[in-house]
Amino acid sequence: MDKLNVNNVTFSYDGKVNVIENINIRLGEGELVCLLGVSGGGKTTLFNVISGLNRPQTGEVLLDGKDITGVPGKISYMLQKDLLLPYRTIEENAALPLIIRGMKKKEAVAKVQPHFAAFGLQGTEKKYPAELSGGMRQRAALLRTYMTEAPVALLDEPFSALDTLTKSEIHRWFLGVMEKIKLSTVFITHDIDEAILLSDRIYLLGGKPGAITDEITIDEPKPRSADFNLTDRFLAYKRLIISKLK
Amino acid sequence: MKRKLPSTISKFLPPVIAIVIFLAVWQGVCMAGWVPSFMLPSPVQVVQALINDFPLLASHAGVTLLETFIGMTIGIIVGFVLALVMDRYELLRKALYPLVVISQTIPTIAIAPLLVLWFGYEMLPKIILIVLVVFFPVAVSLLDGYQSVDKDTVNLLRSMGADDRQIFRYVKFPAALGQFFAGLKIAVSYAVVSAVIAEWLGGFNGLGVYMTRVKKAYSFDKMFAVIFLISALSLILMWIVKILQKKFMPWENLKNK
Repeated sequence: MDKLNVNNVTFSYDGKVNVIENINIRLGEGELVCLLGVSGGGKTTLFNVISGLNRPQTGEVLLDGKDITGVPGKISYMLQKDLLLPYRTIEENAALPLIIRGMKKKEAVAKVQPHFAAFGLQGTEKKYPAELSGGMRQRAALLRTYMTEAPVALLDEPFSALDTLTKSEIHRWFLGVMEKIKLSTVFITHDIDEAILLSDRIYLLGGKPGAITDEITIDEPKPRSADFNLTDRFLAYKRLIISKLK
Repeated sequence: MKRKLPSTISKFLPPVIAIVIFLAVWQGVCMAGWVPSFMLPSPVQVVQALINDFPLLASHAGVTLLETFIGMTIGIIVGFVLALVMDRYELLRKALYPLVVISQTIPTIAIAPLLVLWFGYEMLPKIILIVLVVFFPVAVSLLDGYQSVDKDTVNLLRSMGADDRQIFRYVKFPAALGQFFAGLKIAVSYAVVSAVIAEWLGGFNGLGVYMTRVKKAYSFDKMFAVIFLISALSLILMWIVKILQKKFMPWENLKNK
């Protein structure tokens, strides 16, 4: 059974003009699926619907077969900015989803400690976000997303704010960590290279209102090597996506 | 340490030099006899009056500070509750905000005699006046802080399943702390002055009462001494607020490094 199913979802902010229309997405266990499309195409709106922040006019969102349409707190969500609370240490930020669910702060902070090493954040536990680099802050934000302990994560352009070198480094790290944690994930990007490098499948989102125009499977073994984006197969995928986006 | 010293000097040296020059000019004007000493005492005479009358001044200052402390505490609580209610309920914000602003257009000096008439010569009218002066900057700064909170952060917490109470606790209140302390700094300086104004109009103790007494005696040196003291008390209270801000907002210090 799929972890997540988005069935025939249509959403409009004003009830008149649809931002997204008739969206169908499925996500398997441990799968990394990408939503690729131009800015303003309704990708973030779709995430707001999937995460339960907005209720669609029509359609449903199923998590492990259960209807969670319009119910927040069931799926973890990482927005474009890291959104770490500047007044809390990294360990407190990472523990926030647990604290929100009612766990005592001390217990929650203890629970996040073992994950710092896996996320490459050793030594940052007591630091404040302002003391970390952009890349490290994204790692901390991803750890916080992971600590939601939801079966599915939504990542909205998680690496778009990073410079090219940091992005390349964090891509390698991200592939490694996803191999370990096997978190079923949908992520948004408008970077074709990033989509091919990280995803198992890619949904192309386009048009007005936004709709799924195509689905491409990246049939490559994981973990992918750092120079995968230099191979002919990578370029073939890229050509295919560009042709479909036109 | 080597690096810190020049920045400390560059921070404090200009105001210290400015104050020293100001006092020197003042002393010079008095020594030259350009202004009669009974009208404008020299800084040295003021300091002498301050030292001679210090025990009496301290007891009056104690009363003024007590009024300030009680008024500040109640004013902060009122401001906090008001900001909370106005943030939570849009209708109440629309209804109350203009009233809150209008309340501040009434001059302290105009309302103080009324309070004395209504509530007598004891501490109560002074405390009420301080509350009226303090709640405004606290309420407005907190409300601005709550309202300007990052919507994405609120959405993030909602996606984690946070309710309104948790969003207030983990996002809104901490995010508004900076504005709160900015408002509090203004409030403390107003609070001492308001206490003194209320004491002018009637009472048995306090720096304002002392001021009216020395004014009637034409003891200008003592009047300046009490002005110095009021100014010093306001500065000390503002400094305490700054210390509290550093303690409660340690992450802010990182930004300044």
